[in-house]
Amino acid sequence: MSLLHLAVLSPLLLAILIPFLHKYFNNIHTGWFLLPLPAVLFAYFLQFISTTSHGGTVMESVAWISSLGINFTLKVDGLGLLFALLITGIGALVVLYSIYYLNPDKEKLNTFYVYLLLFMGAMLGVVLSDNLIVLYTFWELTSFSSFLLIGYWNHRERSRYGAQKSMLITVFGGLSMLGGILMLYIITGTFSITETIQMSNEVVNHPLFTATLILFLLGAFTKSAQFPFHIWLPDAMEAPTPVSAYLHSATMVKAGIYLVARMTPVFAHSGTWVWLVAGVGVVTLFWGSFSAVKQTDLKAILAFSTVSQLGMIMSLLGAGAAALHYGTIEDGYYIVAVTAAVFHLVNHATFKGSLFMVTGIIDHETGTRDIRKLGGLMNFMPITFTLAIIGTFSMAGIPPFNGFLSKEMFFTGMLRVAEMDIFNMDTWGILFPIIAWTASVFTFLYSMMYVFKTFMGKYQPEKLEKTPHEAPIGMLISPVILASLVIIFGIFPNVLSHSIISPAMGSILPSLLGNGEGFDVHISHWHGPTAELFMTIGVVTIGILLYKFMPKWTGVYRKFPERLALNRFYDRGLELLELTSRNITKSYMTGFIRTYLVYIFSFFILALASTLVFKNAFKLDLSNVAPIRFFEVMLVLIIAVSAISILFAKSRLTSIILLGAVGYTVALFFVLFRAPDLALTQLVIETVSVALFLLAFYHLPQIRRNEERIRFRATNALISIGVGAIVTMIALSAHSNKEFSSISEYYVENTYKKAGGENMVNVILVDFRGFDTMFEIAVLGIAALGIFAMIKLRLTRGRELDENK
Amino acid sequence: MKTNDVILQTVTKFVLFVIILFSIHLFFACHYYPGGGFIGGLMTSGAIVLLLLAFDIKTVKMILPFDYIKVVAVGLLIAIGTGAGALFFNKPFLTHAYTYAYLPLLGKTSLHTAVLFDTGVFLVVIGVTMTIIQTIGESE
Repeated sequence: MSLLHLAVLSPLLLAILIPFLHKYFNNIHTGWFLLPLPAVLFAYFLQFISTTSHGGTVMESVAWISSLGINFTLKVDGLGLLFALLITGIGALVVLYSIYYLNPDKEKLNTFYVYLLLFMGAMLGVVLSDNLIVLYTFWELTSFSSFLLIGYWNHRERSRYGAQKSMLITVFGGLSMLGGILMLYIITGTFSITETIQMSNEVVNHPLFTATLILFLLGAFTKSAQFPFHIWLPDAMEAPTPVSAYLHSATMVKAGIYLVARMTPVFAHSGTWVWLVAGVGVVTLFWGSFSAVKQTDLKAILAFSTVSQLGMIMSLLGAGAAALHYGTIEDGYYIVAVTAAVFHLVNHATFKGSLFMVTGIIDHETGTRDIRKLGGLMNFMPITFTLAIIGTFSMAGIPPFNGFLSKEMFFTGMLRVAEMDIFNMDTWGILFPIIAWTASVFTFLYSMMYVFKTFMGKYQPEKLEKTPHEAPIGMLISPVILASLVIIFGIFPNVLSHSIISPAMGSILPSLLGNGEGFDVHISHWHGPTAELFMTIGVVTIGILLYKFMPKWTGVYRKFPERLALNRFYDRGLELLELTSRNITKSYMTGFIRTYLVYIFSFFILALASTLVFKNAFKLDLSNVAPIRFFEVMLVLIIAVSAISILFAKSRLTSIILLGAVGYTVALFFVLFRAPDLALTQLVIETVSVALFLLAFYHLPQIRRNEERIRFRATNALISIGVGAIVTMIALSAHSNKEFSSISEYYVENTYKKAGGENMVNVILVDFRGFDTMFEIAVLGIAALGIFAMIKLRLTRGRELDENK
Repeated sequence: MKTNDVILQTVTKFVLFVIILFSIHLFFACHYYPGGGFIGGLMTSGAIVLLLLAFDIKTVKMILPFDYIKVVAVGLLIAIGTGAGALFFNKPFLTHAYTYAYLPLLGKTSLHTAVLFDTGVFLVVIGVTMTIIQTIGESE
C-alpha cells in the first residue's frame, strides 16, 4: 500500500467520517471538512508533473486477487495525471462553491457529501488504475454515485426519472465494457493495460477484435453521452448545480473520453476505430449543438452543449488515431488532432465548469433558469455577467479565449480527415469538415443565446421569484478562478504544452515515440490567413446573422416529429420492458410457497437426474462400507417415523415438534460420525428455528377444519420420492466413485501449515473459503433486512399512501 | 406472549450466563476445537431467545438495548475490514496472519486475524437472528 493508493482511496475513507462530522459539528457547514482533501490531493498530484513531463511513469501495485491476475495497480502517466488534476482541481472548486450553494438548514448535507466523495474516489480510481477489472469496478462506482447524486432531491419525480435513466444507460455501457474487458483477456491473457498495449499487434489480428472494440466503445459512448446515448445527460441536470458542474461537464462524462484515449494504443491500428470514434463524435457534435439552440432552460442549453463538446473531443481523438496510419511525427499532420483533443479537454472543463456555476448563481438569485423569463440581468449582476461573457465567448471559439485556440486546431484536424482513405471511406471524409463547421455555427449561436438572452434585453421582474442581486462573494470565488484560467490558457497556451499536453499525448500515441522522446507541442494564436481562420470568420458572421433572425427560422425545429424523438423511444422501450417482464413474472409467480417449492424441486430432480444419466455417474460399490450398527438403525427409524408423522399432524405445534425431532436426530448422527462442529450447529439451529417457527405461527390463521383432511396429491408424492431417491443415489455414488482424490487430504495437510489452526472445519470457513463466508453473512444480513422491511415498513408505508390519497 | 413463570424466570437468570460463557468459549476455541463465530453467535442468540421466552420483549429490550440491524452492519464492516486490511500489507484480499505470543496470565497464546473476521460473523449471526425474531415478535 503506497501513498498513491492512499491518495486514491482517501475520498472513500473520508466518506466514512462525514456522517459523524456532520452530526457532531452541526453548526459548521459539512463542506468545509471536505474542502482540504481535493486541494491537498491536487497539490500531491502536481508533484508528478516533474516525472511525467519527461515521459516517466509511476507505478504502484497491491495484490488483490493475484491468482486471477487482478491486482490493485495504479499508474500515473501523462493522461492519468491530466485527469487526476482535473478531478481534484475542479473538485476543490466545486466543493467550495457548493458550500455557498447548498443551504445547511434545508439540505441533507451528510448524504450529499458522502456521494460526492464516493464519486471523487471512484473517478480517481478510473483514471489511475492500470488493471482493467479495477478500472471497471471504479467505473461502475462512478455510475452508481452519479445515480445517487442525480436523484439527490429524491422527492422530485424528475430527479428520480433522470437518475434511473442515467443509471440504465451508463450501466448498460459498463456491462458491455466488462464484456470487452473479458474478451481482451481471452486475447491477451492479462488484465494489465500496460501489458495489453504491448500486445496490440496480437489484439488487432485476433478474430474477436471487432467485437471487443465495439463493446469497449459502447462503454465509452454511453458514459460520454455520445449520440444516440446522449439522452441521459439533459435529464441528469436535475441534480444540484455543483454536481452538474462537476460530474456532467468536467469529470464523469469525460471518463468515456479517457477510455477512448487510454485504449487508443490498443485499438487504433485499425481503420474501424478511426472511423467509428470520429464518426460518432462528429454526429454527436452536430446533434448536441443543434438541439442546444432550441432549449429554453439555461442548464439544458449547457447540457446539450456538453454533449456536443464531448462529441468534438471524441471526433478529434478518432481523427488523431489516424496518425498511426499516416505521416510521421515530424510533420505532425494528424497529431494536431490529438493535441487539440487534450487541450480542449482542459479548456472545456474550465469554461463549462464556470458556466455551470454561473447558471447556479442565476438560479439561486432569481429563482428561475428559463431564458424566456430572464433578461436584463447585466445591471444587477455585473460580475456574474463578466464571467458569463468569458465562458460563453470561449465556448463559441472567439479570440483571445482558450476555446478559440482549440477550435482552430479542431478545424485543422477535421480538414485532415477529409484526406483520409483508410477502410474504404475515402469519399465520406469530406463530410467531416462540413458537419464540424455547421455544428460550430450552432455552438456560436447557443453561446450567444446563453449570455445575451439572460443578461441583455428586457428585464421582466414580474416573472422572477426573487429580486436579483449579485451573488455572495463565496459563490463567486470558484467561477472567477475558472474564468481567469480561461483567459490565462487563452493568452499563454504554452504553459500547458510541455507540462500537461505533451505527456498526455505521449500516453495516447506511445508507439510514435522513441525512448525518452516527447511530442513537441507549440500552440500559437496566429497561423496566417489559413482555411481555419476563414472558417472561424464564417462561423461568426453566419452565427450573428442567424441570431439576429432567429424567430424566422426556428420553425425548423417543429419539423422534427416528437414521436420519433429518442427520448420517446427510450420511454416506450422501458414501458414495454416492464410490461413484458410483469406478464412473464405473473405467469409463474402464484404467491403460494408450495408452487415455488414444486418448481425448485422439479428443477433439482431434472438437473441432477439428467446429469447422473448422461454422465453415467451412478455407481454402487459396497465393498468398503462400514457395518451398520444398532444405534444407526434406531436413529434412521426415528427420523423416518417422525418425518412421515409430520404429514398427518393435525396441528402446527405437533408438526413443528416432529420437525425438531428430525433435526435433533440428524444432529445425533453427526455426533456418532464424529463431526462435533456440525452437531453443535445443527442443535443450536434447531433450537432457534423452533422458536422462530413458533413466533411465525402466532401470526398465521388457524388451520381450518375442512383443510384438515389430508388430500393425496400425486405430483407432490412423486416429487418428494424423486428428491429422496436422487439424494440417496448421489450419496451412494459419491461414496463409490473414487476417481478423484478427495480434497480433504489437502486440508489435512495444510490446515496447520498455512492457517495455524487445528480445527479443519473452522479453518476452511475463515481461511480457505473466507470469501464464501463473507458473502454468506452478507446474504444473511440482506435476508434480515428483507424481513425487517417486509414486516416493519409495510405498516408505515401503507399509512403514508393513505395520507397521500 | 405474557408469562409469569417463576421457575423458568429464575432458572433463566442463572443459565443465561452459563450459555453465554459457553458461547464465548466456543467462539475463542474455534481454531483448535469445535466452535466458531457462527455457532458462538447462534448460541448467544439462543440465550437471548431463552430470555425472551422467560420474560417479554419489552423487558429484554430494556436489558439489551441494541439496534440489531446496526449489529449486523458493524459485523459486516468488521469482516470486510479484516479482509481489506490485508491489502495494506500488499497481500491478496482476506489473507489472514497469525502469530504466537506469550501473554501475562494466559501464557502461550495464538493470535489470529481470523478471530477478527470471526467476530464479524459472530455479530452478524446475532444481529440477523435477533432482528428476525424481534420484528416478527413485535408486529402484532
